[in-house]
Amino acid sequence: MTESAQVGGRYVLDRADFPAFLDGMRAAGYRVVGPTVRDRAIVYGEVRAVTDLPIGWTDRQEAGQYRLERRSDEALFGYNVGPHSWKKYLFPAHERLWTATTTDGSFEVRPEPDDATPLAFLGVRACELAAIRVQDRVFGLAGDPTYARRRRSVLRVAVECGQAGRTCFCVSMGTGPAVHDEVDLALTEVLEGDRHYFLLHVGSDRGARVLTDVPLRPASPVEEGAAADRVASAAASMGRSLTTTGIRDVLVNQPDHPRWAIVARRCLACTNCTMACPTCFCQSTEEVPDLSGEKVERWRRWDSCFNSQFSAVHGTSVRQSTQSRYRQWLTHKFGTWHDQFGESGCVGCGRCITWCPVGIDVTEEAAALREPARPTVPSASKGTTP
Amino acid sequence: MTVAGQPKLGVFKFASCDGCQLTLLDCEDELLAVTDRVEIADFREASSAVRAGPYDVALVEGSVTTPHDLERIAEIRAQSRVLITIGACATAGGIQALRNFADVDEFRRVVYAHPEYIRTLATSTPIKDHVPVDFELRGCPIDKGQLLEVLSAFLGNRTPNVPTESVCVECKRRGHVCVMVAHGTPCLGPVTQTGCGALCPGFHRGCYGCFGPQDTPNTPALSERLTLLGMAPDQVRRVYRTFNAMAPAFRAAADAAGKEATP
Repeated sequence: MTESAQVGGRYVLDRADFPAFLDGMRAAGYRVVGPTVRDRAIVYGEVRAVTDLPIGWTDRQEAGQYRLERRSDEALFGYNVGPHSWKKYLFPAHERLWTATTTDGSFEVRPEPDDATPLAFLGVRACELAAIRVQDRVFGLAGDPTYARRRRSVLRVAVECGQAGRTCFCVSMGTGPAVHDEVDLALTEVLEGDRHYFLLHVGSDRGARVLTDVPLRPASPVEEGAAADRVASAAASMGRSLTTTGIRDVLVNQPDHPRWAIVARRCLACTNCTMACPTCFCQSTEEVPDLSGEKVERWRRWDSCFNSQFSAVHGTSVRQSTQSRYRQWLTHKFGTWHDQFGESGCVGCGRCITWCPVGIDVTEEAAALREPARPTVPSASKGTTP
Repeated sequence: MTVAGQPKLGVFKFASCDGCQLTLLDCEDELLAVTDRVEIADFREASSAVRAGPYDVALVEGSVTTPHDLERIAEIRAQSRVLITIGACATAGGIQALRNFADVDEFRRVVYAHPEYIRTLATSTPIKDHVPVDFELRGCPIDKGQLLEVLSAFLGNRTPNVPTESVCVECKRRGHVCVMVAHGTPCLGPVTQTGCGALCPGFHRGCYGCFGPQDTPNTPALSERLTLLGMAPDQVRRVYRTFNAMAPAFRAAADAAGKEATP
């Protein structure tokens, strides 16, 4: 029995009807992007059919290590977060902003055409919703037109986590695993015995519209309880934790804490943490002229505070040492982000821990920086086993 | 093609495989744009028509390995307003710099039927060890886009935009899955300069370090990780001893790994 979905309503979507849900999003004009398996990881890509989803796959994560593994069931969303984040769609890694040409003394600037199909983000985790909100504030404050244009057209379909990863700490950061943000649709996946269904919360008119031809029925209290239990279980099994009380002052007031030197011995200054981070927004823009000198393109690309050239002023980097770059990143992320944007820059997704090639753990670093500064720096660098 | 007032370009080869020069020919569409802007005065890989110097810009491929090379590079420098080295051989001595860690006389005796005909130096060294160099373009081979950028910058009288950051930056921008974190595959990407487009990780291989060390290479921390991933000290030493073995950071990393091999 199909009934028209109401904003604020809570329904049950059976697993068998998930293809109809995908069809509904497409029929409403969205290109659906979400989790897919590629190169032994769960990454975001186009979802054309339910079989594109990571059915029966999960991720096992540790500091500096990620492994794709089979689950004992056929869950569609039985993983946590992978190397990609949604920022790759809202804030692309390489983006041409405009092209200028000169002919016969005149000068013409052509902006990039806006002909992209609106995207449906399928499978946005609670921490990722928080990350999008953080970037909304960053790019909103900056008045960034291309970000705003893409962001406005996105349909956000959240999926609450039914499990936590070993590098997750969203509970510490107050961002998850339950979805509290405004969202178009929110799903919670439930597998119980022979039953496999999704509790579906409708958060917006835009969300309700894609459900027109999707078989749904109102959720029973028992089904709502089963979904809530799953999320509570994820909340109770966070792999990491971080004490946020007074964290801004701990970081900002201790630029000479010996821990900075210790972590710098391990840090590769490779930028992986910042590239994988769903809130890091650093970028550089550059003009790329062609050989004729008659055409120039302006490109924007992801950049990182771990690159020496990023902090180059008059040709010289003001953060020559890896120590100064790591300190800048952590202090900004957990400290001065509050001064700048009124909130933390960290959402507790754990990507920076997992995707650091040497497994540097921000929760461990933050805890160490709370310890009283000792006068000597240990001589051996600290490693973690993979 | 000669147009009055066009800058004159010379392309010169030392000990090398010619792959970097071929990158210029491989520019194809853009090659015509290049020849519209510069006169290719001496490029023997492409044409036997050669005009004498001086040159506005010289692209120098290859390393210095013979007494004759020493004379030639001094002559080319004297003839060139701007001298740009292209490729790992010219900037770090190349794969042939492995001779620097071995006995060249022994090689000569083993390889050649008449070793007395071979006049060679005991070392393979980068161009900058012998003459001042205005810009070094890295890579084995160099990247076509970076070569065009350097030529374009020269023509526009501006600084080339050639990043010195790690390969990881481009790997992540392209959305590649990290081969080290997700597959346990040893990779030099974190300590290697970008420029190749993260080619090998894009094909599920670890980075081989073709572009030499990035500007802040933490090789001790990476070597420790490579060891944890199961590489023996000799293997760690070997990954640094390839196309950029004489680049100071890679040389030091190989030496450090070698020390662990003999306790």
